[in-house]
Amino acid sequence: MAEQEYTIGEKTIVLEGTKKIPIYIMGKRYEVLEGLTIMKALEFAGYQIKRGCGCRAGICGACATVYRLKDDYRLRFGLACQTTVEPEMYLTQIPFVPANKTTYNMDEITPDVSTIEKLYPETFRCLACNTCTKACPMEIPVMDYIQALMRGDIAKAAELSHSCIMCGMCSMRCPAEIQHFHVAMLARRLYGKYVQPKAEHLAKRVEQIKAGKFDWMLDELESLSDEELRQRYKDREWEPEPYDPAWKPQDTKYLILE
Amino acid sequence: MKKSGYPESLQESLANVEKTRSERLKEAKKQKYFPKLSPDEYREVLEKYHPDYKPEERKPLQVGPNKGDMLQPELLAVLQGRPWLEPGSFEARLKSPDLSTDVLVIGGGGAGSAAALLAAENGADVLMVTKLRHGDANTVMAEGGIQAADLPYDSPYFHFLDVIGGGHFTNDKKLVRALVTDGPLVIKWLEDLGMMFDKEPDGTMKELKGGGLCRRRMHSSADMTGSEIMRVLRDEVRNREDKIRVLEFCAAIELLLDEDGAIGGAVFYNLDTEEYIVVKARAVILATGGSGRLHLHGYATTNHYGATGDGLALAYRLGVPLKNMKYAQFHPTGAVFPEQCVGMLITEKVRTLGGEPVNYHGERFCYPLEPRDVEASLFIRECLERGNGVVTPTGRVGIWLDSPMIDMLHGEGTVAKALAGKYLQFKRYGIDIAKEPMLIFPTLHYQNGGLEINEYGETKVPGLFAAGEVAGGVHGDNRLMGNSLLDTNVFGRRAGAKAAEFAKQRQEVKTLTLKHIEKYLKELEAAGIEPEIQSPVVLPDYRHQEVVEG
Repeated sequence: MAEQEYTIGEKTIVLEGTKKIPIYIMGKRYEVLEGLTIMKALEFAGYQIKRGCGCRAGICGACATVYRLKDDYRLRFGLACQTTVEPEMYLTQIPFVPANKTTYNMDEITPDVSTIEKLYPETFRCLACNTCTKACPMEIPVMDYIQALMRGDIAKAAELSHSCIMCGMCSMRCPAEIQHFHVAMLARRLYGKYVQPKAEHLAKRVEQIKAGKFDWMLDELESLSDEELRQRYKDREWEPEPYDPAWKPQDTKYLILE
Repeated sequence: MKKSGYPESLQESLANVEKTRSERLKEAKKQKYFPKLSPDEYREVLEKYHPDYKPEERKPLQVGPNKGDMLQPELLAVLQGRPWLEPGSFEARLKSPDLSTDVLVIGGGGAGSAAALLAAENGADVLMVTKLRHGDANTVMAEGGIQAADLPYDSPYFHFLDVIGGGHFTNDKKLVRALVTDGPLVIKWLEDLGMMFDKEPDGTMKELKGGGLCRRRMHSSADMTGSEIMRVLRDEVRNREDKIRVLEFCAAIELLLDEDGAIGGAVFYNLDTEEYIVVKARAVILATGGSGRLHLHGYATTNHYGATGDGLALAYRLGVPLKNMKYAQFHPTGAVFPEQCVGMLITEKVRTLGGEPVNYHGERFCYPLEPRDVEASLFIRECLERGNGVVTPTGRVGIWLDSPMIDMLHGEGTVAKALAGKYLQFKRYGIDIAKEPMLIFPTLHYQNGGLEINEYGETKVPGLFAAGEVAGGVHGDNRLMGNSLLDTNVFGRRAGAKAAEFAKQRQEVKTLTLKHIEKYLKELEAAGIEPEIQSPVVLPDYRHQEVVEG
């Protein structure tokens, strides 16, 4: 095998002749390789990151970074693990976002505007300035979901905010001091619990399991020899792909069809 | 020239993919794919091509209950590492614990959060201590889905068979049974907590298949399933502040026994103040997650920054045996382009939605949804042995994952909606994955094995529990897609409930000791081992050396 010809490791590979560019980390100048993400540039510069690093894949919200570019007044926002460094970038990571999550009992609240008014009253201070949306590294229309909540449209707010990673940049920027990422969390849970219809097949299956209806099948599997188990595995009837609504299994012995 | 996110050097191969696409699409619509291997053929492919089946890169573990096991050097360094504490000088600190609790949960990911909730529900006072933020875990990175047999044409019976066959019949059957039986209960629990599942208008779960699944069983929340589960669990933990305290940025660096040999608590290192914290506890749940950041065989990883195998080291020192640690999971589809994304997970959902793997020439070369280890091995074979890989400008090799097929099969806009997270990530680098394929290669993804537990999450040390990726046996030698999110919830909940019960029944915790470290150090000395590193690792060190000239 010609494995040596390729690189498979974690280390970033930089082509011969790659330039170094200056960036400013909390005001200090470092020369880092072009093409690195901000996170890898921090490490290249010698930082052992404690706060400000999580999944390194753009989904956890730990590495929110604010920066300005040379000769540009605009304040920019990005995830350190997803944003490539630019020359003369002035940056800092935000180690923590002070915000108050209220507590609630999900069984005692209702999916409507009154819940939002009670738990996050500041939501209604929205000035419709759209600063939150501009601060979102996930390109969520933050202001739109806040406006939806003010109208009591829980479903809309839940759907619009679904890809929120709760980095908190919206709430750091908001002149009305709204705590967007927490109120959106509440909206999504209200939607999942009360607005989306329940899965009836799931409730039924839970009852069947609690009634012990599958126990004999599992007892049987546990008692089989390895050889017999392998045979059963090989003989499994295969549901077609992609999904075919007309498909019906031939073998129904190990199903409960009520 | 049309707009492409890929450089000139990859255009020839991209054109090949486009040329064969319409024909492949016709076949896919007729449910015709490259043929599946038979289970008998798996072994041969694995032994020849799987990165973790090569005997030459292993050495024997020289201390502890698994002495003699042939493991990867990166794991050995952690399991035979140097403890942070000097037992002699630290012993006095144990007399005045800083905090005490009924149930101590170490780790704030999916398993830890589920455990904390169930322990609290069962009456225990809970302290959750986590190394990074609450929610920093591989859980948030799980994209594609969570399995549970809740559709009429499926049952726990088939789920059991898929799990145990996927694990090559090396799984602990009792654990598999717990997993598949609790599956629907967990989904119901999450639904009641207000998790947003992908559903039909009537509430029916939209379920897909995954590699090695004979039925549709994969529940999802777009391609952010783990993130959604984590958000909901974290929010609920925070709602229970009356029963659950959370301490962030404190890394567990040693477990404590009492003088009777039962668990007694743990010592933490506060990453902010750089001070130690001693916690006394009636029961301890280890939910520290996996170990991808140890970079076995030098592979890139999909894992979270904190996945350094800390829990393995801590519990192994106490004599808890390891199970199924021989083979780590290499996810077939990790990104290899652009360079900034290397190692990043591309969810299996791309393939379940019909995006198929094709080689340099745009040809099919394997069934798109073999069990993960088999699929990864087939990709490696295609690149390294058959020379049909695509080489990136930085010298990496990969094959195409033809995501544009998805919109063609399911309608325009499906990629942007069903794979929203991935769509945005590639868009940042100028690649529209609804129109152009992704370049991928296997990447280190999951620990597969771990600490030996029973179906209640109990280890052999009284009062010490383990749940989630740190534990082993559930998945055998290979986990299927959608079973890790399920595992964290099933065994997190089970361990939480059982630990609360244990804590309630337990007499006083006796005098805390560090005698196990003394014993462990003697064992290392007797085996002639000079520890290479301090263990647990806590954080990987990527300073300076991450970049090499290529």
